[in-house]
Amino acid sequence: MRAAGLHLGLVGLLLAAHFVLPAYHHGVLARVMVLAAYATGYNLLFGYTGLLSLGHAMFFAAGMYGAGLGVRFLALDPGLALLAGVAAGALLGLAVGLLALRTAGVAFMIVTLMFAQATHLGILLAGRWTRGDEGFVLQGPERVVLGLDLGDAAIRYLAAWALFSAVLLLVLRLVSLPAGRVLVAIRENEERARLLGYDTRAHKLRAVVLSAAIAAAAGAAYALLFGYVGATFASVQYSILPLLWVLLGGAGTVIGPFLGTLLMFYLIDTASGLTPAYMLVAGLALVLLTLFAPQGLAGEVRRRLAPWLP
Amino acid sequence: MNAPILSARGLCKSFGGLRAVHEVDLDLVPGEVRALIGPNGAGKTTLVSMLIGRIAPDAGRILLDGADITRLPAHARVRRGMAYSFQITSVFQRLPVEENVALAARRRLGRDRAAVAGEVARVLAEVGLSAEAGRMAGDLSYGHQRLLEIAMGLAQRPRLMILDEPTQGLAEAEVAGFRRLVRAISADCTILLIEHNMDVVMALADRITVLDFGEVLAEGTPEQIRADPAVQAAYLGAA
Amino acid sequence: MDFGPHLMLALIEGAVLSAVLALTAAGLSLVFGVMRVVNVAHGEFYMLGAVAAWFVAAAVGGAGPAAFLAALALAPLAVCALAAAADLAVLRRIAHDPERTIVATIGLLYILQQATLMGFGPDARPVAPPFNARIAIPWPVWEEGGLALTWPWGLSVTTYKLFVIAAAAAVLAGLWLMLTRTRAGLVMRATQWDRETATAFGIPVERVYALTFGLGAGLAALAGVLVVPIQQAHYLMGGDALLLSFIVVIIGGLGSLPGTLVAALLIGMSEGIVSVFFSPTLAKILATLLVALVLVFRPQGLFGAAGR
Repeated sequence: MRAAGLHLGLVGLLLAAHFVLPAYHHGVLARVMVLAAYATGYNLLFGYTGLLSLGHAMFFAAGMYGAGLGVRFLALDPGLALLAGVAAGALLGLAVGLLALRTAGVAFMIVTLMFAQATHLGILLAGRWTRGDEGFVLQGPERVVLGLDLGDAAIRYLAAWALFSAVLLLVLRLVSLPAGRVLVAIRENEERARLLGYDTRAHKLRAVVLSAAIAAAAGAAYALLFGYVGATFASVQYSILPLLWVLLGGAGTVIGPFLGTLLMFYLIDTASGLTPAYMLVAGLALVLLTLFAPQGLAGEVRRRLAPWLP
Repeated sequence: MNAPILSARGLCKSFGGLRAVHEVDLDLVPGEVRALIGPNGAGKTTLVSMLIGRIAPDAGRILLDGADITRLPAHARVRRGMAYSFQITSVFQRLPVEENVALAARRRLGRDRAAVAGEVARVLAEVGLSAEAGRMAGDLSYGHQRLLEIAMGLAQRPRLMILDEPTQGLAEAEVAGFRRLVRAISADCTILLIEHNMDVVMALADRITVLDFGEVLAEGTPEQIRADPAVQAAYLGAA
Repeated sequence: MDFGPHLMLALIEGAVLSAVLALTAAGLSLVFGVMRVVNVAHGEFYMLGAVAAWFVAAAVGGAGPAAFLAALALAPLAVCALAAAADLAVLRRIAHDPERTIVATIGLLYILQQATLMGFGPDARPVAPPFNARIAIPWPVWEEGGLALTWPWGLSVTTYKLFVIAAAAAVLAGLWLMLTRTRAGLVMRATQWDRETATAFGIPVERVYALTFGLGAGLAALAGVLVVPIQQAHYLMGGDALLLSFIVVIIGGLGSLPGTLVAALLIGMSEGIVSVFFSPTLAKILATLLVALVLVFRPQGLFGAAGR
C-alpha cells in the first residue's frame, strides 16, 4: 500500500510539474523521464535479476532506429513506429539473450559489450540509411500522431510522462508478482532458485527481453519526441550511463533509476557549463559510488529508514 | 515389494581421470529413509548431485517413478517431486526467512497469496522457526539456517528429499531436534540422507548404502551394516 | 603498385600493429591472469603513456633522440606508479571483486580520459621519432633471363618501425623470463593459483596485486610511447586500444601469455591486411562478433587448452 502510494505520488507529482515548471526545467524533465524509463528497464536486469549488461545501448538504439528508420523509409506514423522500435529491441534482446546467457558474471558483461559494439559499428557501416554519426532529424508531419504534434513542448512532456509512468508502474507490479520474486531469487542465489524447481535460464531470458523492450521503447520515444536519431546513442557511453544512473539512484529499487537519472542529468548539465571534460563527473561518481555507497540513494533509504521500499 | 520411486543404474562420473563414482546402482523404495554413508571422498555428494541433476553422469541411467530422467535439468526433476538440501547451507541470505520459504512454496501454489502464506506458516511451525519469520535468513544462527533449508524442502511437498549432511556443524541438542524432524517428515516422504553422525544414521535409517572409492561396498539394514566386516574394515574401523 | 608489393606493405604495417597490440594486450592479460579482474581503464593507460611521452619530450626539447629516449624511460614508470596507486586507493578497498572492479575501472577510465582532456587538450600532438631513415625493400620479379630485383616505389619501411617491432619483442621476452625464471614471477604465479595459500605462505598479496596492476598499465603505457612517433597522442586514443586488447586477450585465452601473443599477431596482421583491402568498420564488426562468440562457445579462447 505504502509502496503503491509512493509511486503513484511520484507519477502525480510529475504530472503536476507540467503545469508549474519554467520552460528550461520542463524540457529537462521531459528528457529525464524518457531516459529514466530506459534506466528502469536496465534496472530490471541489473538491479533485480543481478545481470550486469554493458551493452544496453544496443537495445536503446534498436528502438531508436527501429522507429526512426520506420518513419523515414516506411512512412510509419509515430504510433506504429514506437511499436516497430519496441519489436526491434525485443527481438535483439531475444537473440542476444539466447547467446549471452550461456555465460555469467564478467563474461556476460564482455559479451554484451561486444554485441553492443558490433551494433554501433553496424549503424556506422549502414551510413547510407542511418547517416552514421551525423544522424538524421525527424520533423514536421513525421512526428504527428492522431493530430498531436510530438514536437510541441507540452505534448512532448505529457508523452514522456505517459511512457515513464507506464514503465514505472509495470515494473512496480512485476516485482511484486511471483515471477518478479523469482528474479530476485536468481540474483541472490541462482543455484538455489534452480533447485527450488525454477527454470532460471527461462526466467533470465524473459528478463533480458523485457528489459530490452523497455530500453527500446525509451529509445523509440527519444527519437520521436526529440526528433533526432544518431549513432552516439548506440555508443558505449549510452551503455554506461544507465548503469551509472541506477547505481546512483539505487539498484534493485523501483524508484531509484528515476532519482539517479534526474540527479546525474543535472550534475552533468552543471559540469558541462564549466568544462568540456564534463564526463569527469560520471567517472568520479562511478568510483565513489562503488567505494562508499554501492546501494545507491534509494538503497540507503531502504536500509536505514524504509525496509518496505520495493 | 513396492516399485522403487528412484532407481539408478550404472552411474559413473570422473573428474579429470579421477574416478569419483563408478558403476553405482541404487533403488529407493517409497517411504523409506535411506542413509548414504562412506568415508570422505567416497563420492557421496557426487552421487546425489547426479541424482538431482546438478552434474551430468558420464554413463548410467536414472529413473524416477520408472521414467528416465537422466537428461532432465535439475529444475525439471524438482518439479517432478524431488527436493535437495545443500551440504553447505545455501539459503537466500539477504531475503527474509518467510520469503525463502515462500519462494519454495510459490512454485507449486502460484499466485494464490493466501495459500502461500498458509503453507509458509505451517512449514515454519513444523521446523520451529515461526518466531524468526521476519528476520533476514543471513542473520539466523547456523543451526537455524539448516532448519530453514529443511523448511524450504518441506514447502515444496516433495515425494523424495535428498538431505546432504544436514547435521554437520549442529550442536548436540539441535541434532536431537533434527532427528525428531526427519522422523516426522518421513511419514509422507522418501528420504535419502547423507550423514556422518552414526548415531543419527542408526536411529533413522531403514536401510543403509555404504560407498567407498566411488563404488557400493555394502547395502542393508542398520544391523546388517553394523555386522558387515568389509564395512568395519573400510569405514567404521577407520573412523 | 602490384598486388604482391601491396600485400608486403600491409604485412609490415600489420607487424608494427601486432607489436604494439601484443604489448598492450600482454598487460591486460597479466592483470587478468594474476588478479582475476578485468581492467576496463587499460586503454587509458596506453593513452597516458603517449600523452606523458609528449610532456617528457616537450620538457627535454631538442631535435635529437634524447627527448624520445627520456620519454621511453620515464613515461611508463610514471603510468605504472599511477596505476599502482589507483589499485591501492580503489580496487583494494573493494577487495578486487570482479564485477565491482569493472564498474570502478569504468569510472577510472572517464576520470583519466577527461582529466587528460583538461590538462592536455583536445588536439593530437606528435613526438619526433629518434631516427627515421627509410629503407627501400626490393621485390623479386621473374624476367627474361631469370630473377631480378626491382624497387617498387613506395615499398619501404622506416628504421623506427623496425625498432618498434624489435623493442616489443625484447620487452615481451623479458616479461616471459621474469614470469618464469625470477622470484617475482614465482610470487605472481603463486598468487594467481591460490590467493589464500599465498597469503598463508607470507606473500604480501595486496602488494603483489598493486605491482601487477602497475606492471600491466606500464606495458600499455610503453606501447603508447612507442606508438606516438607514428600516430600522435590524443586523449581519445584509449578506446580503440582497449577494444583491440580485449579482442586479442579473449581470442588468445584469458590470462595466457603465449595465447595473447599468437592472437596479437593474428589480429594485428589481419587488421593490417584487411584494412588495406576492405572497410575497417566491417573488419571491426567481424572481430567483435568473433570475440562475443568465442566467449559464448569457447571461453578458454581459440588457442587455450580446454578448461578444468
